[in-house]
Amino acid sequence: MSETEVKTNPQGDPITSVAAPPSAAKKDPHAEAKRQKVVTPEYMFLEAPRTKEFITGSEAAKEAVRRSNVDLAIAYPITPQSETMQLVGVLYGEGYVKEYYRGEEEVGVMAAIAGGSRSGVRCYTATAGPGTLRGLEGIASWPGHRLPVVAMFTCRVVNAPLAIQPDNIEVSYLLNCGMIVFHAENQQDMFDFTMAGFTISEKNDVTLPVGVCCDGFFVTHARGYVRMQDRGIKLPPREAWRGAVPVLDAENPPARLSRDAPVQKSNFMAYNIHAVWQQEVWAAVERSRKYINKYMGGLLTAENVEGAEAIIIASGSAAAQSREAVRLCKEKGLNVGLIKVRSLRPFPTQELRQLCGKAKLIVVPEFNYVGWLAKEVATAIYGFSKAKIIGGPRVYGGQSMPVELIVDEVESGLTGKKSTNVAMSQIMGGAVNPDDVAHFMRSI
Amino acid sequence: MAKRFNIRMAGVGGQGVVTGSHILSTAVINAGGESTIVPFYGSEKRMAPVESYVRVSDEPIYEIGEITFPHIIIIFHPQVITHGKSYTMPFYFGLKEDGIALINNDGPMKLHKDQARELEERRAKLYYIPATKISLEVSGMDLATNMALMGCIGAITGLTNMEALEQAVKDRFLGKGFVVSGGTAALDSVVERKFKKKQELIEKNVAVMRAAWNYAVDKGWAAKDVQRAEAPAAAAAV
Repeated sequence: MSETEVKTNPQGDPITSVAAPPSAAKKDPHAEAKRQKVVTPEYMFLEAPRTKEFITGSEAAKEAVRRSNVDLAIAYPITPQSETMQLVGVLYGEGYVKEYYRGEEEVGVMAAIAGGSRSGVRCYTATAGPGTLRGLEGIASWPGHRLPVVAMFTCRVVNAPLAIQPDNIEVSYLLNCGMIVFHAENQQDMFDFTMAGFTISEKNDVTLPVGVCCDGFFVTHARGYVRMQDRGIKLPPREAWRGAVPVLDAENPPARLSRDAPVQKSNFMAYNIHAVWQQEVWAAVERSRKYINKYMGGLLTAENVEGAEAIIIASGSAAAQSREAVRLCKEKGLNVGLIKVRSLRPFPTQELRQLCGKAKLIVVPEFNYVGWLAKEVATAIYGFSKAKIIGGPRVYGGQSMPVELIVDEVESGLTGKKSTNVAMSQIMGGAVNPDDVAHFMRSI
Repeated sequence: MAKRFNIRMAGVGGQGVVTGSHILSTAVINAGGESTIVPFYGSEKRMAPVESYVRVSDEPIYEIGEITFPHIIIIFHPQVITHGKSYTMPFYFGLKEDGIALINNDGPMKLHKDQARELEERRAKLYYIPATKISLEVSGMDLATNMALMGCIGAITGLTNMEALEQAVKDRFLGKGFVVSGGTAALDSVVERKFKKKQELIEKNVAVMRAAWNYAVDKGWAAKDVQRAEAPAAAAAV
């Protein structure tokens, strides 16, 4: 290029700006990430000192990823989403995440996450609402392929009339995949469950994906207090050789990726193999209990349950609303306990049977139409508790659940006053008449 | 027993409903309490409905989302009632029994007879405060209407004090700000140009707040033990 030639940009406009002078000491944007020290999960979760910050749920997820030694994150930032994957992109820029890109849509993202995990690296992604369902084909196959992954689901409305607000009906689809599913109440849970999720998912006798769900917007876009370990420490890297199946060797596919490749012709042995394989997936879900107890302090938390007149069982944002309901009930002279379910898969069946053995009334508020938690609870304690179970109140389409509705159900359940918010078909067990039970069984 | 107020604020775009709720929330936290806010609005334009939900307490708050059954409602603009400019209709929907409706109007409004009856049935306390008038008289403009209402509600709840409110105004306008959106930022710069400097803006806003605080005390609306707030003598010289 001659000296007289004018530099132009690709559109042909002359470039008139002056280049910034080269800085003397070029700062390494990855410097801080490179200084991070690996600590054991035991130290990270149980011993490391923590400091409190006031951050959003998306920021809490980002901070969890920062400390989790993540190799690969793939984003598809559709609306409705959260800022999480955008913030994880910032972590990539800072060197905390080794590889990061934007997928074309969720089918591609979930397939690529499967490929990443199968090749032996630690993978993270997040989606929401319609994105979860679009990606569900891939997600549902992760457990059978024994892929350790952590995926965040910030639940949004998926049914019509369409809306972009929180409604956690999508959790009910995830419950049947064979993956581990946690439900976060607040920003602190988002942080803790995500980090514990990586550790649990990669345990040899687990080797399964973990879904960390929260009721989107309420948790992702709002701020709360989060106690976090120092950002200078991180979890050990994934050691893929510890997994239940070997990592992908393109020449010799080691895990049984397809049942009867290539012709898919079925016979008794093929069905038998499929059954054994799925049994093993769900057995692995069962085996994760000990790690959830160890790193997260249990599949549920119980407060004031002993001797309570009524027990509220809730997960996610419904648990937050229930805490206030317990307080309001106390002001009315009602002694009410609260059980917050943190792990939906595996489900805390034994714990609930023990805690609800003497309960007379159980109220299960939910942020969805179908009442998946009420059904889980009823199934778990059937035969172990004579409690009347009120499967409600429920809100849909993103409405915030008024705490007063929960209080109403506790009051009506205890006094026999007819409830105005919960259909008779949602009330199970206790001293109800057989017609009501029959109605419930027809409607379940 | 926890002191707890769930406050639903309804007004119209440009009145500073969200800014006001943020200042109240910050002021309660500054005074050692707990608070959360949830703003709620559609397209951002002048005179369009805006709601903001503020929870204040002296104990931790776990509840999230919109407030359906408030202890207190604040009506920033009479058109919320007369024109139905609100996401919540009628304006007192869900107001708890013995709740408070703080309404910005110069004297009692003539409500529809059904509305008046329903408010009476739930023993609502209707407090009319000429907030815009106070703002005009004290600061020379109507844009501090929100400050008047926040000063008034501060005295009614008794969960904050004038020092904490003043600090919250400073936090909002000096650096540690909370800007909701581009529209709010644009309005901020308009407000700022009306004053010679930010310091004057803050002093005028705080003066409006103090006048409304004292209005609440004089009317007997304030919480037990809440006193009139006198302007610090030094402020006059600045």
